[in-house]
Amino acid sequence: MLKVENLVVKYGMIEAIKGISFEVNDGEIVTLIGSNGAGKTTTMQTISGLLKPASGSVLLDGVDLTKTAPHKIVPMGLAQVPEGRRVFAQQTVAENLELGAYCRRDKEGIRADMENVYELFPRLRERKNQLAGTLSGGEQQMLAMARALMAKPKIMLMDEPSMGLSPLLVKEIFRIIEDINRQGTTVLLVEQNAKMALAIADRAYVLETGKIILEGTGAELAASEQVRKAYLGG
Amino acid sequence: MAFLSYLISGLGLGSVYAIIALGYSMVYGIAKMLNFAHGDVIMVGAYVSFFAMTVAGVPFAVSVPAAVLVCTLLGMTVERLAYKPLRQASSLAVLITAIGVSYFLQNGAQLLWGSDTKIYPTILPGAVSLFGGQLSVSYLTIVTILTCILIMVCLMLFINKTRTGKAMRACSEDKGAATLMGINVNKIISITFAIGSGLAAIAAVLLCATYPSVYPTLGSMPGIRAFTAAVFGGIGSIPGAFLGGLLLGVIETFAKAYISTQLSDAIVFAVLIIVLLIKPTGLLGHKISEKV
Repeated sequence: MLKVENLVVKYGMIEAIKGISFEVNDGEIVTLIGSNGAGKTTTMQTISGLLKPASGSVLLDGVDLTKTAPHKIVPMGLAQVPEGRRVFAQQTVAENLELGAYCRRDKEGIRADMENVYELFPRLRERKNQLAGTLSGGEQQMLAMARALMAKPKIMLMDEPSMGLSPLLVKEIFRIIEDINRQGTTVLLVEQNAKMALAIADRAYVLETGKIILEGTGAELAASEQVRKAYLGG
Repeated sequence: MAFLSYLISGLGLGSVYAIIALGYSMVYGIAKMLNFAHGDVIMVGAYVSFFAMTVAGVPFAVSVPAAVLVCTLLGMTVERLAYKPLRQASSLAVLITAIGVSYFLQNGAQLLWGSDTKIYPTILPGAVSLFGGQLSVSYLTIVTILTCILIMVCLMLFINKTRTGKAMRACSEDKGAATLMGINVNKIISITFAIGSGLAAIAAVLLCATYPSVYPTLGSMPGIRAFTAAVFGGIGSIPGAFLGGLLLGVIETFAKAYISTQLSDAIVFAVLIIVLLIKPTGLLGHKISEKV
């Protein structure tokens, strides 16, 4: 479904991503783990078109996203839950969800999906008329995920969904990610919380200073000596 | 009765400021830039409606949409040619460019139409007499105030109810996140300039109907006053621009009537400074607090 080939991304003279290749197949949960500054968010932002790569390609069902205007990527079936949630603080929960469905014109379908996300996140239904800026961090994360789902994506990119959340909420968020995947959405997950990410991932890649240094199934990497030492605390 | 009369003419003047301030504030809210050429778009609108009436001989009612059309296109063109290439540049570079555009438009007008003052035709003469002739309110003032209210209501409905309006609010908060929703941010910015410049044309005809002289630097002073009004009300906020404009007009008129004509500008700015000292975001501006 998603295929990244020899991607190089630069900030000025600095090469943040040094030619990485990976792919995400239909129905999978694939995770990209790595420490701070490894280039995870840069990779995500390049896929969703917020950053332009120096070279390489990002193919979504064969179409090169690096040559597509960023606002045209969402209707192609790719939605991103950005790092730091970035909900629209001054709009209500319901308005945030409507914005998630901005590219869609099927009113009936939007209404049905709104109902679905409220089922998935009952807290959001309780707070649907509240301004998003007044939600707690965990609720904002749920809103960011719900908002991305409203685009009805084939593939959802999630950037650090567990960041800054309590352990209990982190568990809840990961359970929901599995739910979303089970309902047919392919997931590309970026995480610093390697343990949780590897536990739910079909396959995983380890990113270190702009390069992929390891790849395998979630279980393989969770068992790997190198990953355990560097990312799982021994 | 004199008080009431000053209040009404203050509201009339304030309505014009408010309409201009809306353009400033919307552009600031979405493109995060101060479009100092906004006042000069008013000037172009004034010339277009003037020439439409005097040279082309069309009635006032036709000259207004003509001015709106020309200003809308002008605003979009300026944005496309001068500001869009600077999207990633520092805000200082954009500010200097805006000042450059302002001079370009003023000097262009001088070159094309000369520097002499042209007298705008009299529009809508007459007045309503109230309280047995003690209070007289000109039709023009009434039309100006009603136009301002109508614009305000339409704009609020547009921003809060339409798909494009909601996209505008999203862009004003976070352009990156808006892009991730599939919103074409460049198109939204262009629409914002179009609306702001169209409103500037309406302000232009109302302004010239009240103060009937047309000259190349006509937009400078109302532009600066309206910018002050936008800051006063809380820049980026639409109701803020409306309130700021009306208050500024009333304060200016009262200052002229009761204190001193020469000091009226100083008084207006003193009030602005006091408001900003007490509430740095302006009357209706709000600080965005972020939760992590």
